[in-house]
Amino acid sequence: MEMLYQRDIYGQTLVELGKQNPGVIVLDADLSSSTRTALFNKEFPQRFFNFGVAEQNMMATACGLASCGKTVFVSTFAIFATGRAWDQARNSVAYNNFNIKIVATHAGICVGPDGASHQALEDVALMRIIPHINIIVPCDGPQTRDAVIAAANKPGPFYIRLGRPKIPTIENKGEFKLGRAQVLTQGNDVAIIACGIMVNEALVAAGSLGKKGIKARVINLHTIRPMDQEAILEAAQKTRGIVVCEEHTIIGGLASSVDELVAENCPTKVVRLGIKNRFGQSGEPAELLEEYHLTAGDIEKAALNVMS
Amino acid sequence: MAYPQAQVKELEEKAKQVRRLIIRMLAEAGSGHPGGSLSSVDLITALYFKVLRYDPKNPGWPERDRFHLSKGHCCPLLYAVLAQVGYFPIDELWTLRRLNSLLQGHPDRRTPGVEVASGSLGQGLSVALGMSLAAKIDQKSYRVYVLLGDGEIQEGNVWEAAMACAHYKRDNLCAILDYNGFQIDGKTADVMNLEPILAKWQAFGWHTIEINGHNMPEILSAYDEAASIKGQPSIIIAHTIKGKGVSFMENVVDFHGRAPTKEEAEKALKELE
Repeated sequence: MEMLYQRDIYGQTLVELGKQNPGVIVLDADLSSSTRTALFNKEFPQRFFNFGVAEQNMMATACGLASCGKTVFVSTFAIFATGRAWDQARNSVAYNNFNIKIVATHAGICVGPDGASHQALEDVALMRIIPHINIIVPCDGPQTRDAVIAAANKPGPFYIRLGRPKIPTIENKGEFKLGRAQVLTQGNDVAIIACGIMVNEALVAAGSLGKKGIKARVINLHTIRPMDQEAILEAAQKTRGIVVCEEHTIIGGLASSVDELVAENCPTKVVRLGIKNRFGQSGEPAELLEEYHLTAGDIEKAALNVMS
Repeated sequence: MAYPQAQVKELEEKAKQVRRLIIRMLAEAGSGHPGGSLSSVDLITALYFKVLRYDPKNPGWPERDRFHLSKGHCCPLLYAVLAQVGYFPIDELWTLRRLNSLLQGHPDRRTPGVEVASGSLGQGLSVALGMSLAAKIDQKSYRVYVLLGDGEIQEGNVWEAAMACAHYKRDNLCAILDYNGFQIDGKTADVMNLEPILAKWQAFGWHTIEINGHNMPEILSAYDEAASIKGQPSIIIAHTIKGKGVSFMENVVDFHGRAPTKEEAEKALKELE
C-alpha cells in the first residue's frame, strides 16, 4: 500500500500551480519546512512570504494581497490557522469573500507526541460556522492534490485540512469533484460516512463487516462545504443507520453536518465516532486512535450498534 | 516646503464640508462614531483631495493608490469623502446604517471605494502590508495608506504587522495614526498608555513624522516626506483633537460612539458654517 505525506503533495502541488499562474502567492508563519510550503519558496522566492511566529498578521496580510487580485495560499498548523487567527479568518478573509486558501497541516489527534496543545480537534467546526468558507478534508495524498487544485480553480475562501503522518493511499476512489461525495463501497445495511484518515479505517471496518454478511456503504465525504446532501440523504433512506467518523470533535464538524441534515430531512439513527469532550495527549498516532476509539474495530462495533 | 495659500484654504474649506456631512449623516442615522471621525477629517481630506491617485469612475483601476480605513468605526468620515470625490451620490449618505444600505455601520466592500472591510480593530496594517507587497510583486508604483486609531494600536496584531512592514522594507506604505488621546473607556493614557509612541515605532524600524493633525501645511508636508523615504515604512503620528470642529464635542469621550441629537446637530452645523 502506497503511503504518502499529504503535506508533501501539498508542497508539490503549490509548485505546479505556481508555474501555471503567476498570481499564486504563498504565506507561512515559520513552519514552511513542516507544511512543505518551503518547496514553493525554493522555486518562487519572490512570491513567498514568511511572517515568523505571527499567524494573525499573516492571515490579514493575505487579505491585502487578495484585494489586489492575488490567489493566496496561507499555511501553518491547523490549531493556529483556525484558532489563533480566527477573527482574521472571519472578519477579513470570509466577510470579504476573498480568494484565500487556508491550507492547514498537523490537524487532528495524529499529530502524535507533540500532544494536546498542537492537536487541532475543533478546526473544521471553527471554519464551518463562518459563512462562505468551502471546506475540504482530503482522505489521502493524491486527494490532497485534487483538493488544492479544486480550491485554486474556484474563487473564494477555502479551508483544507491536512494531517501530519504518512497515510495510505486509497485506490479506486473515482474522480474528485468538489462537493460530491465518493461512495467507495455499495451496501444498504449500514452507511459509514468518513473524511480524512478515517476513510481508510472505514474501509477496513466495511471489509470486516462484509465477512459477517453485512453490506456497508462507505462514503468519503471529503467536502464538508458545499456538502453533498443527496448522497447523505440517500444513505439515510436506504440503510438502517449511519456511522459518522472523524478525527475531530463530534461537535461542529462532519458529524454535526450529517446530523443536522438528516434530522431535518430524513431522521434515522446516527452514531458519531470522534473526539468526545476531551483534549488530546501525547502518544503515537496508532495508540491515540485506539485510546480515542477511532479504529476500524470501533467503527465496526458502532455499525453493529446502529443496525440493532 | 511651502504650499500655496489658496490650496491650503481650499483644503480647509473641503474639510469643513466633510465635517458638516459627518454631523448630518450621524444625526440622520441616530448612531455611529463622531469623535474619531471628526479628529481624522483634515488628514483624510488632504489625502483624497491632494495626495491619492484614483478614479471614482473606475474604482478597480489597477494603478490606483490604496487607502484602507483600519479604524473602521470612523467610516462616516470615509463615506463623506468618497461621496465628495464622486464614488457615489451624496444622497446615499442619508441611508447610513439602514437595512440594505450601501453604507454599513462599519466599512464593507459593497461600498464603491472601499477596498477591504474593517471594523474588528488591529487588522488594517496587515491588510495594507498585503496591498503593499502586491505592488512589489507586480512592480507597480502605487502607494498604500492606512489610518490607524490610537486605541487600536493596543491590539497585538498591529505590532506583528509593524514588525513585518519594516522587515519587508515597505517604503510604499504610509500609516497615519490619529492620536486624539481618547478611547471608549477614557483617555488612552489612563486606559492603556501608548507612550513613548515615537520610540516604539522607531524601535520597530519605522520612519516617524510627528505633526499637528489639524494643520494643513504640516499634513501635506508629512505626506511628501513619507513618499520620499526609501527602504522603510513611514508613520505619521498626528496629534489631533477628538470631535475637532464642534466645540461641545471636542475632547468629550461621550461622543466617541454617540451620534448627535437633532438639536446637537443643528448647533454643530452652525459652528461649521
